[in-house]
Amino acid sequence: MMSQPINSADVHKAMLEQQKSQDRRKMLLNGALLLLLLAAPFALYPVFLMKILCFALFAVAFNLLFGFTGLLSFGHAAFLASGAYTTGYLLSNYSGLTTEMGIIAGTLVATALGLVFALLSIRRQGIYFAMVTLALAQLVYFFFVQSEFTGGEDGLHGIPRGELFGVIDLSDNMNMYYFVLTVFIACYLLVQRIVSSPYGQVLKAIKQNEPRAVSLGYNVDRYKILAFVISAGLTGLAGSLKSVVFQLASLNDAHWHMSGEVILMTLVGGLGTLLGPVIGSTFVVNVEYQLSQGPLRDWVDPILGGIFVLTVLAFRSGIVGEIQKFMRKNLG
Amino acid sequence: MSEQFVLETRNLVKEFKGFVAVDNVNLQIRQGNIHALIGPNGAGKTTVFNLLTKFLSPTRGQILYQGEDITALKSAAIARKGIVRSFQISAVFPHMTALENIRVALQAAEGTSFSFWKSGNSLNKLNQRCMELLESVGLTEFANTTTVELAYGRKRALELATTLAMEPKLLLLDEPTQGMGSEDVDRVVELVRKAAEGRTVLMVEHNLSVVSKLCDRITVLAQGAVLTEGDYQEVSADPRVREVYMGSDGSGERGGSPAEQAEAAQ
Repeated sequence: MMSQPINSADVHKAMLEQQKSQDRRKMLLNGALLLLLLAAPFALYPVFLMKILCFALFAVAFNLLFGFTGLLSFGHAAFLASGAYTTGYLLSNYSGLTTEMGIIAGTLVATALGLVFALLSIRRQGIYFAMVTLALAQLVYFFFVQSEFTGGEDGLHGIPRGELFGVIDLSDNMNMYYFVLTVFIACYLLVQRIVSSPYGQVLKAIKQNEPRAVSLGYNVDRYKILAFVISAGLTGLAGSLKSVVFQLASLNDAHWHMSGEVILMTLVGGLGTLLGPVIGSTFVVNVEYQLSQGPLRDWVDPILGGIFVLTVLAFRSGIVGEIQKFMRKNLG
Repeated sequence: MSEQFVLETRNLVKEFKGFVAVDNVNLQIRQGNIHALIGPNGAGKTTVFNLLTKFLSPTRGQILYQGEDITALKSAAIARKGIVRSFQISAVFPHMTALENIRVALQAAEGTSFSFWKSGNSLNKLNQRCMELLESVGLTEFANTTTVELAYGRKRALELATTLAMEPKLLLLDEPTQGMGSEDVDRVVELVRKAAEGRTVLMVEHNLSVVSKLCDRITVLAQGAVLTEGDYQEVSADPRVREVYMGSDGSGERGGSPAEQAEAAQ
């Protein structure tokens, strides 16, 4: 065999350069997005934007598990609802609590519930994993229906938005918006960090070839459990925020329909991409809203179903995934 | 007494619902040897591999590693002890670059694998070692190539480099030359020879010319049980080995007895 005149140091240097330019592009994109979100409430109704951000956070959290770890949970509504109910109940009944304390409590409850779900389901694979998470989420749903503190079928209404740190009045929509935006950005950056961290590399490996990851000495269950718990916690945070924004926590959040909707948002936007779930949830929330205003208001679900089928059949990579593919093909 | 054997199995049995796939197998792998496990299809070679690495649990029997009973350990724990396996189909991480494939293996020893808050750049200090390993298998120029785009032979070379990154004491190779053209086979033989320096290797291999070139000791399995064991000369002279390879109607699985095959290949 001929020895090749390729120097390994050169290859490595070129690689680092490429990595750097990718990082730069990512920063640029993040910056542009940030400016857009900062300016958005001056052009659009802040409550509508907050709805999008809450769902975007939900989808980003879900995507960490499904897109980056390869685990399809069909029970994420349980975490959204447990966050929402916990925060709603605490803020409604203990006026001494500041808003952020209620939100933190909701997040912690969802995180703990996530750990329970993970321990019970993590050893199952594929469809069995999805079914176990669905079954557990249904148990949680019935618990919420039967419980006093959730208000049963009525849900919790008139949850006070209160004051952030006891200082900033959140009943003002602009204040509320910038608070939600700050939380969203922090979580988005956290997920971005997780995905590229040493831990994220292991998740990638597990997703792509689990037996091989095992044979390299990784105790894959533990890595999956951590991903599940983080995902559940962030989902709970999304639920908590949502309950404060709308001053409402209801059974809708706990229903399996919600677990399905987040799958739709993630797939339409682009599974396993960072921005995909954000774009996907924006898209779905908008479509739902626009249709509900027009003559097609009874056709929202069939139309979303059609979009879902179309995505799975023709645009498997979702909106962001397809754009990425296109850019790679045409711009090198 | 078992100190000279790196790996030993005692009366290893695996039953699948009444079917005995592995039947009282006693293997003894000597330190520093390249040991081959051969036998016709369905002889239980891969099952033995799966038992040794605990991808399957044995029904009965014991597995000893350096005199220590490891029968109850889990797969990942066995890997961390230094017993690292490869797979029959090339086991790579398809959507990671060649370098990242190896880095994931190196990372296991870093102790930062749960650090989800750390920057990915903290892994760059492992790149140097990755490049060395890539160079050793002739993949330098593909460091930044997504693995799915590599040719089959190169994927296997990458897999071997990834396995070596674990610094295994005992290397288990499941048909390293399977599905390769003769040129690639020669390359893999060289790679395995190099990889075996200072290590012990147990390999399942169909290609008997590879076995004759590489292996110090050969165990022949047939229908889940050990038929015979010895060096290449002894084993290829054994009429029973000829028989299981030839079959009763004389049509050999790969066209001829081990010895004939090896001669033809040389």
